[in-house]
Amino acid sequence: GGSGLLGAATEDGAQPAPERVLFPPTFSVSEIKNKQRRHFMFLRWKQQQRKEKLAAKKKRRKEREALGDKAPPKAVPKTIENQRVYDETTVDPNDEEVAFDEATDEFAPYFNRQTVPKILITTSDRPRGRTVRFCEQLATVIPNSHVYYRRGLALKRIIPQCIARDFTDLIVINEDRKIPNGLVLSHLPDGPTAHFRMSSVRLRKEIKRKGKEPTEHVPEIILNNFTTRLGHSIGRMLASLFPHDPQFIGRQVATFHNQRDYIFFRFHRYIFKSEKKVGIQELGPRFTLKLRSLQKGTFDSKFGEYEWIHKRREMDTSRRKFHL
Amino acid sequence: SPQVVWDTLGNRQFCSYKITTKTQNFCRNEYNLTGLCNRSSCPLANSQYATVREEKGRCYLYMKTIERAAFPRRLWERVLLNKNYEKALEEIDENLIYWPRFIRHKCKQRFTKITQYLIRIRKLTLKRQRKIVPLRRKLERREKRREEKALIAAQLDNAIEKELLERLKQDTYGDIYNFPIHAFDKALQQQEEESESESDAQEDEEDEEDKREFVEAEDSDLSDFEDMDKLETSSEEEQEEEKEVEEEPSHSKSKGKAPLKGPARRKRRYIEIEYEEETEPATKTTTA
Repeated sequence: GGSGLLGAATEDGAQPAPERVLFPPTFSVSEIKNKQRRHFMFLRWKQQQRKEKLAAKKKRRKEREALGDKAPPKAVPKTIENQRVYDETTVDPNDEEVAFDEATDEFAPYFNRQTVPKILITTSDRPRGRTVRFCEQLATVIPNSHVYYRRGLALKRIIPQCIARDFTDLIVINEDRKIPNGLVLSHLPDGPTAHFRMSSVRLRKEIKRKGKEPTEHVPEIILNNFTTRLGHSIGRMLASLFPHDPQFIGRQVATFHNQRDYIFFRFHRYIFKSEKKVGIQELGPRFTLKLRSLQKGTFDSKFGEYEWIHKRREMDTSRRKFHL
Repeated sequence: SPQVVWDTLGNRQFCSYKITTKTQNFCRNEYNLTGLCNRSSCPLANSQYATVREEKGRCYLYMKTIERAAFPRRLWERVLLNKNYEKALEEIDENLIYWPRFIRHKCKQRFTKITQYLIRIRKLTLKRQRKIVPLRRKLERREKRREEKALIAAQLDNAIEKELLERLKQDTYGDIYNFPIHAFDKALQQQEEESESESDAQEDEEDEEDKREFVEAEDSDLSDFEDMDKLETSSEEEQEEEKEVEEEPSHSKSKGKAPLKGPARRKRRYIEIEYEEETEPATKTTTA
């Protein structure tokens, strides 16, 4: 570097005020071999950049104020949700075809209040402590659900028994290395089966709060952001786990929020402090799901008819394309 | 010379099949009968030796005799054993007749063990096997990262609160929550818009007064509902959205604080109310 730079850099620790430094035109900070000096010059350069940026911002703001009403509208930053590739299966709320489909699909009896959900929760073979506790907590969250241990029974044989005993849904929590990592949700009398990958499971004691247990009241449900056809059917499937009439006295709400193909489940208790403010307190376990496949019939890995499978090569190519 | 072999390999010098551990020596030789490194179990140091080994589910008896010691290719004689357990045991006996007791006994023991584990294998393959799927590190990392970013983008708490407030507005909760204020708020807003051009302090004052009176009565009503009471005061104090609904501490706090008109005042959105100086104490006395 030049002698001027040397002079500045040899003051260890004492950084001179970053005035406008004129670098020779062919100079770049990365060419200095000495790490200490290079670091120092880099910091100075960074500070300068920041100053320039701040100055530019101020200038822009002044211009904006000067223009007043005639100022161009503020630029909206691009987010992934903004830039999402348009999915042609997005459901239009007024779409008749979709409404007709939904009136006649497998969840119609639930939505017409003909059936009351009854859920069977089970695990894969030999569940370990965390999975067992998670199942119990899930059973308290979902009303009218029962946990049964799977002692080496084949699913194909369990399913007819469940149907005989009037269960409407079957949840199997798959476990790997002592943590639950998969969820198979099967609507029983011949309904669709969804296979999810489950991640970031937090049990009740790991959630930072000092609340109490969820009560027996039927919670409300919030389903957010299920826009496409596929998302819609998954949303209905998840909603059909809970009884149709929530008890508002209980003030509990279960949320399934879909964001970029990840479904976040949360369970809260809410309180309205005023008509504009609500306080929520998280109870209950939380987990996130990612849909792997959706099958038309009940669980059958070999001969089932898949309605949707996540194919990594085809579907993961674009960062802005989501399917749910 | 088996003695010589043992003296060299077994005891003193190096044997490549020998594995030493703290308590015991093991022999890795595939023809070894017991798996331990002993004078009587070493297939190299015994010129007359026999083992039972299994291949693809069938058991064979391997025998080694002194006569064939010079022919390494034909050293081990192999006999296929019967599938039937008892018959196979008899075959071992008849093949190893006149052999040392130790070898006969150990061969039969080994054969028993082998059949047992073969049965277990067959039983297990009938049950459901775990399919082992390899993890792809890059994929997993990618998924994890995307999940975190999606979580941040989701802003779950805000979304849930918004949704709940929406539902409250659209009256899905019916009559459970008494918030008639917000209807009044809307009326007030309309009034404000009308009187925006003039700075009608009086009008605003009147509204304030009316509202204040109304609100006070309501607060006394609300105090009947314990929750609401504590909530009002606690919301006033802490001004946070997420907090515990613990009743006792907030109750004690409220006792020490200003009387109920405090939250009433705060609840009103801060509209630009222009008081004339003289009248302010008057308003205070009316509400006191």
